[in-house]
Amino acid sequence: MPLSIQQLPDVYRQMLVIRKFEEAIRTMFAQGKIRGSFHPCIGQEASAVGGCWPLRKDDVISCTYRGHGQALAKGLHPRFAMAEMLGKATGCCKGKGGSMHFSDPDVGLLVANAIVAGGIPHAAGAALAFKMSGSDQVAAAFFGEGAINQGVFHETLNLAVIWKLPVIFICENNLYSEMTPSHETTSVSEAWLRAAAYGMEAVRIDANDVELMYNTMETAVAKARAGDEPTFIEAMTYRLYGHMMGDPEIYRTKEEVAEAREREPIHRLGLRLKSLGLSDEDLARLDAEADEIIVDAVQFAENSPAPTPDEAFTDVFA
Amino acid sequence: MPTITYSQALNDALREEMRADPRVFVMGEDIGAYGGVFRVTKDLLAEFGPQRVIDTPISEAGFVGLAVGAAMMGMRPVVELMFMDFALVAADQILNQAAKMRYMSGGKVSVPMVIRAQQGGGRGNGAQHSQSFEAWFAHTPGLKVVAPSTPYDAKGLLKSAIRDGNPIMFIEHKLLYNTKGEVPESDYHIPLGKADVKRVGRDITLVSYSRSLLHTLEAAETLSQRGIEAEVIDLRTIEPLDMHTILESIRGTARLLVIHEAHSNCGVGAEIIARVYEQAPNALVTPARRLGAKHVPIPVAEPLENAVLPQPADIVRLVEEMM
Repeated sequence: MPLSIQQLPDVYRQMLVIRKFEEAIRTMFAQGKIRGSFHPCIGQEASAVGGCWPLRKDDVISCTYRGHGQALAKGLHPRFAMAEMLGKATGCCKGKGGSMHFSDPDVGLLVANAIVAGGIPHAAGAALAFKMSGSDQVAAAFFGEGAINQGVFHETLNLAVIWKLPVIFICENNLYSEMTPSHETTSVSEAWLRAAAYGMEAVRIDANDVELMYNTMETAVAKARAGDEPTFIEAMTYRLYGHMMGDPEIYRTKEEVAEAREREPIHRLGLRLKSLGLSDEDLARLDAEADEIIVDAVQFAENSPAPTPDEAFTDVFA
Repeated sequence: MPTITYSQALNDALREEMRADPRVFVMGEDIGAYGGVFRVTKDLLAEFGPQRVIDTPISEAGFVGLAVGAAMMGMRPVVELMFMDFALVAADQILNQAAKMRYMSGGKVSVPMVIRAQQGGGRGNGAQHSQSFEAWFAHTPGLKVVAPSTPYDAKGLLKSAIRDGNPIMFIEHKLLYNTKGEVPESDYHIPLGKADVKRVGRDITLVSYSRSLLHTLEAAETLSQRGIEAEVIDLRTIEPLDMHTILESIRGTARLLVIHEAHSNCGVGAEIIARVYEQAPNALVTPARRLGAKHVPIPVAEPLENAVLPQPADIVRLVEEMM
């Protein structure tokens, strides 16, 4: 069922929760409160929400180190995500995974991956398991366009087609593979064409239109659930910040980024909501609700204890 | 008790585990219709069907990765790599993915999968088809590493590995498949992490595994004729390592030699000796030694390969030096 008008305020709020989550981390990172690296998905919230919301709770996803949006949209609670960012014992991974490895199998989030393309076969493997066990669950793999040059991407597409797996591949194309424009290092840089070459239905859409992203994903999910067929969605988007914290972004102009801000998904959905009759106050209320959720998450995280050193030696084996 | 081959013992283990648990399935190149290039999966397709006996394309990274995903959903894949050398093609999925998923998730997921592959030289298969990688895998937290030397151990250990619930590298040897041994028809398991004293002796402890274990037993017979009684310990599991059995043995013999076909450099022998000096620094009357392949890629011509890989005569000579 396509996204209804009634659902749009919730979508707007969810995108704001993701945006504010990432902004809070940027702030704390600059304050030295966060270890390791952080790869903001700011600007890509629509492909996360539009990609995850059509899925059931028991459908599973794999995602990347830029996957906080998918993790939250799939159902990981912001408290446990934020606590994981701060390395606390209450974090979703007890402080062992960090930013790049969020996990919550109860809501269908496998383990986010720090190896580009590393998680793509996992989603296909989950789909294989669903098919083998006779379940109608489906799986989705989220990855960036940098992944389409990794060998395991190609291997997985082939396997998904020959084994008719109920898996959806979502390639978030934000035009830059780390610090290099993707088209400079990619022959056939339209990712959907590569997928089509494997015999899979493939489309390319403006994923910053969250309704379009949702409806496209919905169709793909229904197809997978009904007929064990994979679909490839190339979700065109743009990241408003660098590849990771500390990226000087010398590879693109400030004008390009400013122009992208005009087309970013939350702004666009806001205009859409106003055209549907919502007032500035309505939007401000949704913004405040999102704010509250993140303020609560930050407080929870900051008040949580650090893990004890002996915890480093558990959870290796089942 | 029936006498069967090592490959038949593995075949029986797979069949029994697939009958017992519908979550167990096998995948690999040529394992279904062809029955596997080493016959380990023969007749499984006829009994269990193509859903559970899956022929893959030549895509090690892809199908090992799919197995990781299926395992995280509770299935129990047993993946065959045709040659252990090909594990490097799937190295990210084995070492960065399978081994680490549980830990990175703080225990939220597990990866109950077995990767079976044969290692080793001795047939002139060349440098990319003759390697031994147990040290690479043992070096990586999150993997268990098993290497049976006999049909009896192979069946019991494979059954345990499939039930273990963790990522396990199950190491066979191309020159062990046709070896024969007694294997009970009853349902039995051999626990992981327990070495086996294959020969009792008082003069020196010889630790080995996989095909080298057979060479070690052969050398022990030769040594016995020369008045040296060697105690031969078959590790059976490389990781976790059964140091207890080794330390017990050297308490009696006070001499230790570790033999493996893998290259000496940074090998399992080096690890065992380091642990002996950490845990029982005064146990030995002569420095512990290790014997492994020389530090060159494995060549094809017979005199070359024999010069690189440890032979029974090398074991005998080294023991006599140590006595």
